[in-house]
Amino acid sequence: MAQSITWKIGGEAGFGIMASGTMLARAFSRHGYYIFTLNEYPSLIRGGHNAVTVRIATAPFYSLDRSLHILVALNKETVELHKNELREGTVIVFDPHDYEWKEEELPPGIILIPVPFRELVQKKGGEVIMRNTVALGTSIAILGAPFECLADVVRDQFARKGEAVVNHNIEIARAGYDAVGDAATALSALRLDSIEKKNDYLLINGSEAVGIGAVRAGLKFAAIYPMTPINALISFLADHAKSLGIVYKQPEDEIAGINMAIGAAISGVRSMVATSGGGFALMVEGLSLAGMIEVPLVIDMGMRVGPATGMPTWTEQGDLQFIIHAGHGEFPRIVLAPANATEAYELTVKAFHLAEEFHVPVFILTDKYLNESQWCVEAVVLERDVVINRGKVMTLGSEKSTTSFKRYDLISPDGISARSFPGMKGGQYIANSYEHDETGMVSEDSAMRTKMVDRRLKKIAAIRKVMMPPVVYGDQSSKTVIVTWGSTLGPVLAAMKANTRIIHFPWLYPFPADATKELLTGATRVIDIEQNATGQLASLIRAETGIEITEKFLKYDGRPWLPEEIIERIKV
Amino acid sequence: MTITANSFKTNYLPTWCPGCGDFGIWMALKNALAELGIGPDEALLIYGIGCHGNMSAWVRTYGVVGLHGRTLPMAQGAKLANHTVPVIVISGDGDGLGEGGNHFIHAAKRNPDITVLIHDNQVYALTTGQASPTAKQGFITKSTPDGVVDEPVNPLTLAIVSGATFVARGFAGDMPGLTKLIAQAVKHKGFAVVDILQPCVTFDHVHTYPWYRSRLYELSSGGYTPTNKLAAIKKALEWGDKIPVGIFYQELTSTNEDREPALTNGPLAGQTLGVADVDTLLSEFR
Repeated sequence: MAQSITWKIGGEAGFGIMASGTMLARAFSRHGYYIFTLNEYPSLIRGGHNAVTVRIATAPFYSLDRSLHILVALNKETVELHKNELREGTVIVFDPHDYEWKEEELPPGIILIPVPFRELVQKKGGEVIMRNTVALGTSIAILGAPFECLADVVRDQFARKGEAVVNHNIEIARAGYDAVGDAATALSALRLDSIEKKNDYLLINGSEAVGIGAVRAGLKFAAIYPMTPINALISFLADHAKSLGIVYKQPEDEIAGINMAIGAAISGVRSMVATSGGGFALMVEGLSLAGMIEVPLVIDMGMRVGPATGMPTWTEQGDLQFIIHAGHGEFPRIVLAPANATEAYELTVKAFHLAEEFHVPVFILTDKYLNESQWCVEAVVLERDVVINRGKVMTLGSEKSTTSFKRYDLISPDGISARSFPGMKGGQYIANSYEHDETGMVSEDSAMRTKMVDRRLKKIAAIRKVMMPPVVYGDQSSKTVIVTWGSTLGPVLAAMKANTRIIHFPWLYPFPADATKELLTGATRVIDIEQNATGQLASLIRAETGIEITEKFLKYDGRPWLPEEIIERIKV
Repeated sequence: MTITANSFKTNYLPTWCPGCGDFGIWMALKNALAELGIGPDEALLIYGIGCHGNMSAWVRTYGVVGLHGRTLPMAQGAKLANHTVPVIVISGDGDGLGEGGNHFIHAAKRNPDITVLIHDNQVYALTTGQASPTAKQGFITKSTPDGVVDEPVNPLTLAIVSGATFVARGFAGDMPGLTKLIAQAVKHKGFAVVDILQPCVTFDHVHTYPWYRSRLYELSSGGYTPTNKLAAIKKALEWGDKIPVGIFYQELTSTNEDREPALTNGPLAGQTLGVADVDTLLSEFR
């Protein structure tokens, strides 16, 4: 019996590979198993190859690792491309129609299970595209789960298409389930231990977690130009626009997107944009505008491999320094960086509140690995009450309509003054891209300029008061310390050995310098682990604390860190 | 309180060159707002960057002075957030058709209920006189010492083919006519473009007030009706000894805001925030 199984399915793009991963994951998450799924597409070797990895376990875990227990190959290429992930005991499920794999062609100890996917589909009157459903049936049998676990998920997946389609798919899955027969009993090591369902978990990718956080925090308007890896957020918002009473508008480009979102925020709604590095590069002027006119704005920045178009569907943490420094001129901003879907939800809710409390742009810095992987999130976290506080807003009727409203007053000690929204009686002011006076009227007066810069920058002190400190994991007294951020935390935690301390930074900017200095004082070995080539967190720590970290584990091949890679390097 | 042109007064006086066409547009806009009974806290004016944008300092309303070229996305976001507030875009030929050309096409095809006033003087005057996208071939400017070689952008044909539902041309030297045209544009439900011919007295010694006056004629005086796109395009291509002004094209169809189901319950800005039924929202992830 197994406590943890890693299953992978691969095949040509367009054959339902991604959906298969989700269906298998769901079949187990509904019964209390802990799940993580990772998608990989397209292959660098040949175009059009899709693969999904699903880890299913009886206890919580932090990351995928190198073990691959089951590889389902919907074509010959899948085995060829993932050969280096095979190990002794890995089961390959394949269709001999694609290629008759022989044991001698593969690493030692591989178990071959031929299943005639194509033939079974044809016998049941299905299309070639339904081979993945046969493969799911076979997989469920090997994992030792009752067929009904899969049937439930198939039913939900195809419910919209009517009962005939549902039954047809169930029949085809059943054919795959039955095809294993006695072979499954011989593979008892791959049968998952049964589990008592303790908590209610949902299966959510990072982008969806951001979406749920946004709408729960009162998002009303989003303008997002399509870009990997944040497209699932677009689908989430577009699919729920009607039922939740929100507007998702697809702009003509990212420049339009951020300016639409700023326009909506000026008019009094909570708004956001989302993009990746290239799209954000186009938004930079808009960011500076948001800083100047003090508009609350949430930006989900999903990093992927750069520079330029880079490797669009692969992961990297290469934009931290870009985000911190983006925009001409000096203005406050907040940068949050979730490590997983649960944090992505929590920090998104927080981002909307921070934006309206301090009237600043707030970033949620995510990446491809976080956005497109599916994570287990405890339902109670997502169900918790969200209290919406709009920050300082003009009191109606408090101003005479013969004057303009002092939207940027110089009296507020923290630099934060009340907002008014177009249409509010007596609230008229200019949200001015030019330097301006208290009512927003353009001003190039030297004294006014200095006062206004000071006023905007004063907000940093106010922000620092509510800043989240770094989160510490592991042995609190250990002198070996790993610093990391974002989704790299998972593999780092999975690699953690006794006598190690891990510092994770969900709040990156303004940087919690004092807390970090304190945490690093006395450490004898400090290791920086990031998914980029230059150690951008280490640079930030040095700039903000003066502490130089010389030992850096950096990975920038587009693939997420594996715990084994970290363990091997820590030993040195 | 009765709204008059004086209701929009600020403590600032215009800094435009004496005789600038912007004065006429400024007066006509204030007159039109007064005529429509729209007060300083009831409208949102969105300005681009250029001589036209400096108007923000002498019109007291809710206003945004945004980024060069980005007035239209800003206006669409603001309109979707609160569609009960009239949104008027004050833009220029460089701002709206050069830097913001892509936005112009896409705004027109969405038909938001927004009015766009294009201050069309063929030059970038705030940067001291370079050719703008509407500059006619042969026009000598600081950036085209041998005369403009490119074809000019025609704001009217571009607006018509892109889907604008009110397309007009006015003249900064005709305040009563322009007042009427702006009022009609603001009243129009949909994307209303008014291209305003505006002499630049400092950097353009060709297209002067007399130059325009001797050529302009009112479309409606010849019995023209603005209901046919092809006829409108044909009229919009007329430029030379005779130059038409007035409404070239108008149609009533659903707006960007009409097509958003969320707005049927009133403006987004007034709606309850958050998710009422969290269970249903989360059910698809189980």
